[in-house]
Amino acid sequence: MSDWPAALTALSLAEARDGLARREFSARELTENYIAVVEVVRPLNAFITETPDQALAMAKAADERLARAEGRPLDGIPIAVKDLFCTKGVLTTAGSHILDGFHPPYESTVTEKLWQAGAVMLGKANLDEFAMGSSSTTSYYGPVENPWRRRPNGRAGDNRPVVAGGSSGGSAAAVAAHAAMAATGTDTGGSIRQPASFCGIVGLKPTYGRCSRWGVVAYASSLDHPGPMTRTVRDAAIMLRAMAGHDLKDSTSAPLPVPDYEAGLTGEIRGMRIGVPREYRVEQMPGEIEALWQQGVDWLREAGADPVEISLPHTKYALPAYYIIAPAEASSNLARYDGVRFGLRVGAASLDEMYELTRAAGFGAEVRRRVLIGTFVLSAGYYDAYYLKAQRVRALVARDFAKAFEEVDAILVPTAPSAAFAIGDNTDDSIAMYLNDVFTVPANLAGLPAISVPAGLSADGLPLGLQIIGRAFDEEGILRVAQVLESAAEFRHLPAFIAGKT
Amino acid sequence: MALDRATVAHIATLARIRLPEAELEPLAAELSQILNWVEQLSEVDTSGVAPMASVAASGLPMREDQVTDGDCRDAILDNAPRTARGFFAVPKVIE
Repeated sequence: MSDWPAALTALSLAEARDGLARREFSARELTENYIAVVEVVRPLNAFITETPDQALAMAKAADERLARAEGRPLDGIPIAVKDLFCTKGVLTTAGSHILDGFHPPYESTVTEKLWQAGAVMLGKANLDEFAMGSSSTTSYYGPVENPWRRRPNGRAGDNRPVVAGGSSGGSAAAVAAHAAMAATGTDTGGSIRQPASFCGIVGLKPTYGRCSRWGVVAYASSLDHPGPMTRTVRDAAIMLRAMAGHDLKDSTSAPLPVPDYEAGLTGEIRGMRIGVPREYRVEQMPGEIEALWQQGVDWLREAGADPVEISLPHTKYALPAYYIIAPAEASSNLARYDGVRFGLRVGAASLDEMYELTRAAGFGAEVRRRVLIGTFVLSAGYYDAYYLKAQRVRALVARDFAKAFEEVDAILVPTAPSAAFAIGDNTDDSIAMYLNDVFTVPANLAGLPAISVPAGLSADGLPLGLQIIGRAFDEEGILRVAQVLESAAEFRHLPAFIAGKT
Repeated sequence: MALDRATVAHIATLARIRLPEAELEPLAAELSQILNWVEQLSEVDTSGVAPMASVAASGLPMREDQVTDGDCRDAILDNAPRTARGFFAVPKVIE
């Protein structure tokens, strides 16, 4: 691989966009390079479906527009699409056996906007089944491997591959390994931010309602947030602008104008008040996470911001509330998978038996567990004690944030309580796995925008992220703070498995 | 709260997921563990707090009642495991 074309795939989205506009290289060249990398990184299992022919056709159309100086914001930018977004005529699986052979006759709003902006689809990225998980190991199509590896001299003898995080693990691994310039993700309890943290990239969960959910396979509708995953904060700003906007097809979509997020990246955070919530200092938090968090506070202070300790008293209860609300919504949303209209069907003599056998064969263990929990908490006699109780706690979590934002402009916390763990770890204990989302779930319950930025390495040499949470619809604010963190952290490390390095 | 085998079998029927006998016991243990953990919510005083179903602005928006899509029967049926004469086909429901 002496003439490995790593130079083009090493560019950030913003750099590639500018290079394409100046005609330094063509969308076709860029796309061909990415298609080659997508093939090389197959061992990571980051993609369920590769779409090279479609990519080349889209690149050709982009080149024609660029040649006429009619370039669009993302013309010729090759991206990966989490396989939870419906793509017209292209296999869409949600990582589940039950969607076998499903080729949507329509396109999700977010991906339609990306194609309208000129982006090029490289393929559909692997994920936890129905986005339920924090490790991307529950996919019917096998686990995703993180392109990062522990340092050989790290944890003695433990050279096992580590997880990419989840559920948007394929998206995160592809972006980190330079097999996509950016990717779409969805975040229901941390599924954009936690894999971004584990893979050393930027992941942005926008405000609920900012990006349309139409055409995204539903997990928990009141908590699902589509958003971008990129290598830089600037790239996240560019992607978000293309993905966001009001959509009549999603009744929860916000009828608000979309700002030019990139123009808002002024680097100026002097005088901004940054909340540091004491309740995020959880028991058993590794010292290196605590130290990185403190480092983040110091970086923001040096940039002229004003860190203040705040209290979010119901933080501890966000996670258990989430694990009632999300399964409840999932049990309802997943009722549609019955073997009648699409996907898998297991034949049987009666209709009820067909439903039961199809769903038994089609759902993996974690999906089944959540559907059963959700069915239970919604059932007669338990609805008030579990489901309504969790919704009341959700209101308190949201109220905590509302109060905090009366005195601060943004909140700084770690993204996850650990670095990536080995594939196979945490699988026997559901609750240990759920605890991965302890710092990310509160922003989902409250619907607030939050972004994870790579900020350092663990003792084992794995990436760690810091998270900024903002006021509703203030993506500009969190992007600005995130870029200051990004500049201060100077995170230039690259994973072991990457284009040009393998 | 601890779920027993019978309760797990009942909710599996409600959820239309066939469970083999041998899996009822282990699933009862797993689900009970999760329920015991979420029950820490009972520590929280939620008196007078209204349940929050969504953060979206309350009330669904209204729009004109217009046909914006349709006439794509075959495209939809293309994904069906079984069809007959332009319909989804399922096992016989009525004798």
